[in-house]
Amino acid sequence: MGADIFAWLVQDGITNGAIYALLALALLLVFTVTRVIFVPQGELITFAALSLAMLESGRVPGTVYILVFGGLAAAAIEAVVALREHRLRRLPRIAMLYVALPLAVAAAVWWAAPRRPDQWVQVLLVLAMVVPLGPIMYRIAYQPLASASVLVLFIVSMAVHYVLTGLSLVFFGGEGLRSSAFSDAKFRLGVVDVTAQSLWVVLASLVIIVALWLLFERSIYGKALRATAINRVGARLVGIPTVLTGHLSFLLAAFIGAVSGILIAPITTLYYDTGFLIGLKGFVGAILGGMASYPLAALGALAVGLLESFSSFWASAYKETIVFGLIVPVLVWLSLRSRHVEEEERE
Amino acid sequence: MTRRFCTAIVVAAAALAAGAANAEITVGVTLGATGPGASLGIHYKNAFQLVPKTLGGEPVRYIILEDGSDATNAGKNARKLVTEDKVDALMGSNGVPSSLQIAQVAFETKTPYLVLTPISLPPEKYFWAFIVPQPTELMMGAVAENMKANGVKTVGFIGFSDAWGDLMYKATSFHAAKFGYKVVTDERYARADTSVTGQVLKILAAKPDAVVVGGSGTGGALPQVALVERGYKGRVYHNHGTVNREFIKVGAKAVEGAIAPTGPLMVAETLPAGNASKAVASEFVKRYESTFGAGSRNAFAGYTFDAVKLLDAAVPAAMKKAKPGTPEFRAALREALEGAKNVVGVHGVYNVTPQNHNGQDERSRVLVRVEKGEWRLMK
Repeated sequence: MGADIFAWLVQDGITNGAIYALLALALLLVFTVTRVIFVPQGELITFAALSLAMLESGRVPGTVYILVFGGLAAAAIEAVVALREHRLRRLPRIAMLYVALPLAVAAAVWWAAPRRPDQWVQVLLVLAMVVPLGPIMYRIAYQPLASASVLVLFIVSMAVHYVLTGLSLVFFGGEGLRSSAFSDAKFRLGVVDVTAQSLWVVLASLVIIVALWLLFERSIYGKALRATAINRVGARLVGIPTVLTGHLSFLLAAFIGAVSGILIAPITTLYYDTGFLIGLKGFVGAILGGMASYPLAALGALAVGLLESFSSFWASAYKETIVFGLIVPVLVWLSLRSRHVEEEERE
Repeated sequence: MTRRFCTAIVVAAAALAAGAANAEITVGVTLGATGPGASLGIHYKNAFQLVPKTLGGEPVRYIILEDGSDATNAGKNARKLVTEDKVDALMGSNGVPSSLQIAQVAFETKTPYLVLTPISLPPEKYFWAFIVPQPTELMMGAVAENMKANGVKTVGFIGFSDAWGDLMYKATSFHAAKFGYKVVTDERYARADTSVTGQVLKILAAKPDAVVVGGSGTGGALPQVALVERGYKGRVYHNHGTVNREFIKVGAKAVEGAIAPTGPLMVAETLPAGNASKAVASEFVKRYESTFGAGSRNAFAGYTFDAVKLLDAAVPAAMKKAKPGTPEFRAALREALEGAKNVVGVHGVYNVTPQNHNGQDERSRVLVRVEKGEWRLMK
């Protein structure tokens, strides 16, 4: 293997690894705050990527229906709860957040799609469509079960995943889509051409990682999230509402999922069910990091990207086996190191 | 009141069911219009909206079940169709593993089975199974001829890491000795992969004269895009699973010049006047595209159509021997299918024999090439 091939593989591995790193962070964030293994993260990637590709061809993506009807369902649940608790003052806020906002986004997409706006406008529209899906998903599927066991929450995640995959097939069809690159530029770096697209991916990932760090260290919301992650009961005792931190972590996860989808859409062909596998590799990254530390999760994800790239060169038929086989020794090591604790603490 | 009403419904339903069992032929279909094979399954299923309401002049009922592209489900569906619905023939599914499961059920229950995927079976299992699509060796034979004509000596292969990829690799290697080329790489990738850089670098390092891609649909575009990005100048060949419009949409400029074998229906209008399938295929494409939109034509819907054509040709002979819904009818139908002569479908002409349960010849394949964003017949 020559130096040029080595450099190419490293570039490819880092590009994919950066995306897995983002997803690993989102998964870890959601898991530590809400104890949910966020399987539907993959669908958010798919929705973002395919919505972008559809907007580009001047069509209205089906994501708007999911957004509007999901919003209505969440509003209905909230309204019933508010009525039951005789807190009618909450109704206008519910209508604003879950009905008016999704409808406004949908209207903007309907208006803009046939006019083929600038790529930046498309990206903003996709974010506006996909990011609210996170909190809506949390409100409908997870909030009523917020104190259930990890296993129950995981099963809910699987259910949400299957529902969204089905919708994805209905709205985007069975064939793959690909959006055009943000820029076709290439830079010569030593022996390899570095594409602008892969630079974009790495830069965007770095920016988001730094922004997350700032959020956690500096802002009151970030501190609330960290507190909940460290000790849920303790956080509640000092007055941090767990509903708020749940919504917040899903909002962030949806944002990260949407950005990953937008970044990856021009690099590869995406299908209605591709996101799941990409999310799963982020998950492997998070596990490699011990499912506890953000920097370790990011490093783990990067390792997954590199391993994938090199194994696709040497033994492409066994690539997935190698990547997913990686978690076995890590799990063995983790279980040897820590004494097994029966289930998590009850509240 | 309610009770009497219920009884009335049950009686009526029973009468209807009994009537149905006597009067019409039932064909049981299992397809995966959802799940990983959805992109093909949807097309297979669409075609049932366009098939005639009769087979050989007899009324027919199609029972179409969904298997979610899952082999176990496909097998279960097939068994349910045979035992509960007493179907006279089975049809399906999209995907090699699913079709193998159905073939097993067809073999056990002695039911004629029209296979909609190119599969290969152990010799005894062929007794009840009839393969509608062109064998992969027949299709890749056209590619091999074209490679020889263009002096290709070394071939790089990259295909799906599934049964389809295996079939394509076998078919490509099958012709190697006869047409004087060597297959120098066997790289694999998955439809959902985000990158094939590693595989493509390996192929480039082997410096092949041509590359054969064993993918299907839009999944075939990724390797060619990566090859072109890295400056590969040789010919890139695909297979009959790849030929559709979405492939070109996804691959854009990078897939310009891609060559693939396909059935006559994909280029029905531009076929030479003497082509046996021209009339049938043009008619089918016109009807399909008026229902599902311009450019929606695809090989898979054509396989459904040809399977129905084969049944249509076989039913009259079987009707003379037995009544639908009986084991005797199923046996007679199988025998009649085995004797199908000169059945003209949208994928060429079928001459089925006891030794060859596919029965297609060179008339079932043409080579097409992407020129200016369209699949065009190669002269």
